[in-house]
Amino acid sequence: MDKDKVLSLAKLARIEISDSEAENLSHEFDTILGYVGEVKSIKANSLKLTADSFPLKNVMRGDGEGHESGIYTEKLLSEAPAREGNYIKVKKIL
Amino acid sequence: MTKEEIITKDKDIHAFLEVFDGSTALTTSGPLSGKTIAIKDNILFEGHKVSAGSKILENFTAPYDATVIKKLKEAGAVIIGRTNCDEFAMGSSTENSAYGVTKNPHDLERVAGGSSGGSAAAVASGMADLALGSDTGGSIRQPAALCGVVGLKPTYGRVSRYGLIAMASSFDQIGPFGKSVSDVEAVYNVIKGEDPMDSTTQEFPISNFQFSKKIGIPKNFVESEGVSEEVKKNFAEAIEKFKSLGYEIKEIDLPNIQYSLPVYYIIMPAEASSNLARFDGVKYGLHKDGENIIDDYFQTRGEGFGLEVRRRIILGTYVLSSGYYDEYYGKAVEARRLITRELRNLFTEVDLMLTPTTPSPAWKIGEKSKNPLEMYLEDIFTVHANISGCPAISLPSGFAGKLPLGIELTADLGREDNLFTAGKEFLNEPY
Repeated sequence: MDKDKVLSLAKLARIEISDSEAENLSHEFDTILGYVGEVKSIKANSLKLTADSFPLKNVMRGDGEGHESGIYTEKLLSEAPAREGNYIKVKKIL
Repeated sequence: MTKEEIITKDKDIHAFLEVFDGSTALTTSGPLSGKTIAIKDNILFEGHKVSAGSKILENFTAPYDATVIKKLKEAGAVIIGRTNCDEFAMGSSTENSAYGVTKNPHDLERVAGGSSGGSAAAVASGMADLALGSDTGGSIRQPAALCGVVGLKPTYGRVSRYGLIAMASSFDQIGPFGKSVSDVEAVYNVIKGEDPMDSTTQEFPISNFQFSKKIGIPKNFVESEGVSEEVKKNFAEAIEKFKSLGYEIKEIDLPNIQYSLPVYYIIMPAEASSNLARFDGVKYGLHKDGENIIDDYFQTRGEGFGLEVRRRIILGTYVLSSGYYDEYYGKAVEARRLITRELRNLFTEVDLMLTPTTPSPAWKIGEKSKNPLEMYLEDIFTVHANISGCPAISLPSGFAGKLPLGIELTADLGREDNLFTAGKEFLNEPY
């Protein structure tokens, strides 16, 4: 993997990184991907692994009011970096 | 210990990021009454700071209690502080914490393990009776082994993750540390159970299999390259001990278990990169101002996340990206099913699987931090339990010089009872 590829991945992940970090990461990723790439040699397709061996189920809440409106608003908004009244404030998008 | 005594004692070790004031116990007659417990800095405790060892959450205060915290209070436990960990639980040594490294109480020049290194060190040094950690690939069992205490990763879905700051959601599980198996079992009994706030929690019907004292040893796997001589010797002694306790030891072959670590280091960064997308400098946590809103994201995440977190998010973005998805993530998910099937089949023949917990004792601070792959290889004997969802426990099994070593037992889904039975026999605890 080259430095430019790392920079473009970092851009996709919305992370600012320096050129020298991208250069280092590119070498580390070659080593890591070389190791984890071993999974490519597993022959799992032939086993038709359509179902998990792990039992999973979905849990849904019944229809209705979850809780009284507004009781958590202050607690949650007090953690926001910027707010205006009961709204989180962000910069203009368009 | 009083708050001041803990703070004094912790100056050398740095297990705690904060020691709390006052008692949290809601009862004096609960199963954990009179016990002090430390919690990892990624579990939400209402009104207290929780940072996941990261600068991006440095000033974040938990707006609600995690389900496990609610249960601890009701059981009478006194929550005494939050413990240091690798940033977002990403690491095997706590060297990735934004707040400094935790030192091993047995040798202050060495790591305590990680990511729940602070929790392990707090119990090992007697600053807390008990502790909670989280285990995504070995983050409870590995520091437990390196610090000489007991650490349990419960079955996936046994303990609610509501209020745990997520790393890789299909692997993450909260679990206890203690000085004995009985202590760990007592905490486990308090924190387990179905929770409407975590849709992955469920009760596992206990199968009718009688515990038959059969232990499987994956010999080829245990003798993998990179396992130190002292660990091999200690492991052989543990096998002899189990034999003397009347256990039948069976050599077993799991042809694909050696792929556990590659599978883990594909799926984990993939899930982490998705989970950590929520840190945007808008809703909570650090905010850095850029030229526009997109630039705000770049600045906030670039400055707020440490090196290992950036590395894993970018790696996760790569394995999920179009063109590479089938080759890495898709393949890893298939392999995960295969390994899970092999392990679950094994538990129709034996009750437990025995391995060392770590390939070597605690290493010197800084020794492995330049080479990420070398650090990842420390998780070789622990990730299978997260991949399959199976429960596993690390037990202290002796020393290499003054450094503790651990062995690990893995059981079938929902069979923590077998881990406790064999663990107590191994440590000569009453049961």
